Amino acid sequence: MSAGLFVFAPGFFDNEAVHVALAVGTAVAIVTAVVGVFTVMRGQSFAGESLGDIGTTGGAAASLLGVGPLAGFVAIDVLAAAAMELVGVQRVRGRDLATGVVLGAAIGLAALFLYLDTTQGSGNGSTVTILFGSIFAISSATIPAVVALAALSVALIAILYRPLLLATVSPEIAAARGIPVRLVGALYLLTLALATALAAITIGTILSTALLIGPAAAALRLTTRPLRAMLVATAIGIAAVWVGVVLAYDSYHWPPQEHGWPVSFFVVALIFLGYLASGLVKWRQEREA
Amino acid sequence: MSEAVLTVEGLGVRIAGRQVLDGVDFAIAPGEFTGLIGSNGAGKTTLFRAILGLQRPTSGRVLLGGRPRSRRGAGIGYVPQKFLLDPDLPLRGRDLVALGFDAGRLGPSTRLRRRRAAVEEALAAVDAEAFADTRVGRLSGGEQQRILIAHALISRPRLLLADEPLANLDLRSAQEVVSLLARVCREQGVAVLISAHEINPLLPVMDRIVYLAHGRAASGTSEEVIRADVLSRLYGHHVDVIDVHGRVLIVAGAGDDADLAGCEETVEHTEVIQ
Repeated sequence: MSAGLFVFAPGFFDNEAVHVALAVGTAVAIVTAVVGVFTVMRGQSFAGESLGDIGTTGGAAASLLGVGPLAGFVAIDVLAAAAMELVGVQRVRGRDLATGVVLGAAIGLAALFLYLDTTQGSGNGSTVTILFGSIFAISSATIPAVVALAALSVALIAILYRPLLLATVSPEIAAARGIPVRLVGALYLLTLALATALAAITIGTILSTALLIGPAAAALRLTTRPLRAMLVATAIGIAAVWVGVVLAYDSYHWPPQEHGWPVSFFVVALIFLGYLASGLVKWRQEREA
Repeated sequence: MSEAVLTVEGLGVRIAGRQVLDGVDFAIAPGEFTGLIGSNGAGKTTLFRAILGLQRPTSGRVLLGGRPRSRRGAGIGYVPQKFLLDPDLPLRGRDLVALGFDAGRLGPSTRLRRRRAAVEEALAAVDAEAFADTRVGRLSGGEQQRILIAHALISRPRLLLADEPLANLDLRSAQEVVSLLARVCREQGVAVLISAHEINPLLPVMDRIVYLAHGRAASGTSEEVIRADVLSRLYGHHVDVIDVHGRVLIVAGAGDDADLAGCEETVEHTEVIQ
């Protein structure tokens, strides 16, 4: 085996795919952390998971049409978010039902599109890429769109921060103060759709929730303030993506030779480890307190 | 009486074919402590929602400072009923109070220093400094009430609405919240309207009482309202008012086979209404 002892395998710093992966991964880790903290606080993890899964439909449709997957993810997730809002995401009980109904319909379409993709398309493994992602396969031409969508989502959260936080803590108090709770919730859902689409190009539609929920959930265990939780979640997300990219690049030198391991595996595994570690830290904090 | 902080005129609210409020009239003067008394289902929360502009009246109107409201929530602090907070919510008491200062605004806070001073002042007004740095969801019911009252007070409202703040509190915490609200009312000159299904904890501090039954209201001082004739008219059947060592018991009249089923009381309270 040629595997030497290295952290950065030969060629790591000169590889364009690596540069793109790090740039996209960083932007996406920031957005998913900022949006994800609210997702966890609002108890909308199921909506996030569903938007992720629904992205499969858009990705498969984009592949059929021969356009990039990001456009498909964004289009379908924004549509699905709008549908959830219309069907009744504003009521706590209606929320899960609306999400489930939209999810079922969309995944049915995904089954059809993925079938057409495999039977009629070039059969170049796009199904696996859509479902489980491949950050090394992202074209550098996608970077401006990723950065623009990321900036839009973070800006929306920054603008809505205080009304959104109060509406999250108590929709009743927020409404009594004159905050348009439903509009704020709908705009938040839009940022959730964008964040999920961005997570999907990074680690795939099925795994996108891991990036959205994992770092945020870990961060919320460690801090008592939402803004700090966003910073901690961002750090965890970026660390998971960067270390994941490095390990995946190294893995070309691991058995079985000549095939790297999937990046998404490393990213998700690292997020999970981060979540476990946060539990350990919290447990020790509470024992000392 | 100077210009009333709140005037409710002939207020009627119909929800899903049921007349929840019917011709409710009363007014609250600046700095007055008013108790809104009624059993569960009497329409207290609906009345609050109408005052806040969250429920459109089918008849009558609500005036704030003698005028129709300019925008929703303006000049009113609100402490909602049964507020259950997730213990893991990453928010300290002082953060929730700070949201009362400027939660309606978009973008990042620009008045951080003024906000910090206002938060300290509001926390001091409700004696909440000691637990202001704990996650709100981990505070006791009484402590959460204090934080919520501080949240409502920080925007310097002229009227503070508290919906059943004594429910789910033990006797001592309930007494503490009542004396706290009475003190806030006096010291900050804010009119307080507090709803409760039990009249006795509020008797010592109330300037005025609004008694709700079957969606209708009687209002005045406790001496004017807590009388057999007034309450019998309100309930639509005979009730007695009995004074037991300073505690008031409101009892459905014995031998009166009037429509008790129409009362909202549970079976074991059929006799003693209050």
